[in-house]
Amino acid sequence: MTNGLIIETRGLRKVYRQGDVDVAALRGVDVQVKSGEFLAIVGPSGSGKSTLFHILGGLTPATDGEVLMDGKELGKMSESERTTLRRTTVSFVFQKYNLLPTLSVRDNIEIARYIAHKTGPVDPSFTKVLQMLGIDHRMDHKPRALSGGEQQRVAIARAIVNQPAILLADEPTGNLDSENSANVLGILRDLNHSIGQTILMITHNPEAAAFADRVIEMKDGRVVSH
Amino acid sequence: MVYKLVFENLKHRPLRTLLSTLVIGVGVTMILTLVGISEGTLNEQRKRAKGIGADVFIMGSTSSVIGTGTASMNEGLLKFLEEQPHIKLATGTVVHSLGTFKTVTGADFEKFNRMNGGLKFLSGGPFSEDGDILIDEFYSRQEKKKVGDKLTLLNRDWRVAGIYQSGNAARVLLPIKVVQDLTSTNGKLTMIYTKLDDTANTDAVIASLKSQLKDYKIFSMEELISQYTTAAVPELGVFTKVVIGLSVFFGALMVFLAMYTAVLERTREIGILKSLGATPAFVLGILLRETLIMSVLGAIFGIALSYVTRWVMIQLIPATFTQEIVYDWWPIAGLVTMVGALLGVIYPAWKAATQDTLESLSYD
Repeated sequence: MTNGLIIETRGLRKVYRQGDVDVAALRGVDVQVKSGEFLAIVGPSGSGKSTLFHILGGLTPATDGEVLMDGKELGKMSESERTTLRRTTVSFVFQKYNLLPTLSVRDNIEIARYIAHKTGPVDPSFTKVLQMLGIDHRMDHKPRALSGGEQQRVAIARAIVNQPAILLADEPTGNLDSENSANVLGILRDLNHSIGQTILMITHNPEAAAFADRVIEMKDGRVVSH
Repeated sequence: MVYKLVFENLKHRPLRTLLSTLVIGVGVTMILTLVGISEGTLNEQRKRAKGIGADVFIMGSTSSVIGTGTASMNEGLLKFLEEQPHIKLATGTVVHSLGTFKTVTGADFEKFNRMNGGLKFLSGGPFSEDGDILIDEFYSRQEKKKVGDKLTLLNRDWRVAGIYQSGNAARVLLPIKVVQDLTSTNGKLTMIYTKLDDTANTDAVIASLKSQLKDYKIFSMEELISQYTTAAVPELGVFTKVVIGLSVFFGALMVFLAMYTAVLERTREIGILKSLGATPAFVLGILLRETLIMSVLGAIFGIALSYVTRWVMIQLIPATFTQEIVYDWWPIAGLVTMVGALLGVIYPAWKAATQDTLESLSYD
């Protein structure tokens, strides 16, 4: 980490091959995120924000440029090291919640701990987080028994249970109504304020972006405003 | 935690899990039934051989203790044998195949009774008139015949004169002359049984007979009993291997189909696990555990089903096959089908473990 930065990209480029055509999704993106910051990246569809999200999460490699995550150069990491990064440093909240349908809420959270080799009892302070998320009374339910808002709050609980340095949220309110959206965004802001969780949120919704400390706008694979 | 996920996955698609388990189990049953029939039928033959009560057995050089062989020995041998020192009694039988593991035995009833101490009749009694036939209790049950019933064998109708306790003779008995006439083996014998004055003289008698009857197979009771092994029937070994191969193949095929479908269906879930930081080995481990659990359940089901096949055999064909429960083969059959199941899961598990995380998460 340099100068309190937890995420730093320099000249990030990504080119996809679609049939015989090369499509440039990112055309030199420079982003800096400080530790404990809540940053929203906004932009229309095709602006490259989801591609940026996937690269930062180690889900796909960049074509060119540098990404420093918590001081580590992502481009130089092996697949195994990127897996470790997802286990220890970065966690995700997706638009489609992505909970395991066969497991209860408790087990959806527990499996994230298990994968991260955390087998002891959960930090007592996490109980307060569950209360704050409003899911402490729904722990034994399967995802199908929960509303969309509840499922997304479970996804947030799962994402932060291992206290990752960075929480990446991709359109976390994309499938929610306005009431649930406000609720989830409020929770993300509270997490940021109360436990200093670094959050990078992708959204195309300016109202959602307003919950963040800072907003970056992307267009055509470039950052157009900070 | 990981086992909770594994069990929940298996519970999530109960029908698929059940079908996979059943197919694995049927493989176990196939192996256990075949081995059980081999062992049971040979044991039954041993028991019946012992029940004859003879001390020394003689058969033609081309005959086998398993099956009937041919009536190749001259009946005149009986007189020669009874003249030998220490031999108290010699009698012969003609064994004729009725096809599909059934035989009819022609015996000198009076001598046969002297040798084995007499048949124990459960109903009826010995031959009393022409056209009489004797059957044992298993044959009676299998063919649903009782004393006085008509029984058609060798293109002739017979009257069941007596039903005797199994274990001390053949399944079906006729007077030896009758069988010799009907099978054109007059003056010939398939097997000769001798009773000695003292079993302590067995080795000496055998040595003496072997020096005089070089073209014959001569066994003591112990030697004859020891011949009733699966090794004496090479075809059985081949057949067993074929059944084992089929069990492995079908087990592998079923598991492959089930797990391949499961992997396709769970593409997104595998992506979720990977997004949480699960390694390929973790994903692989889940599918292997699911397969192992199905294999263990399949093996238990297969073992239970082998008791059912034994019951069915006892009810339907007690005289033809005897199935035993061979405990030694439980782990072998279980292991064989487990290998098959693991072979079947290799490709789906590899596919799941190497699936691209991003593509998996985009899967609908």
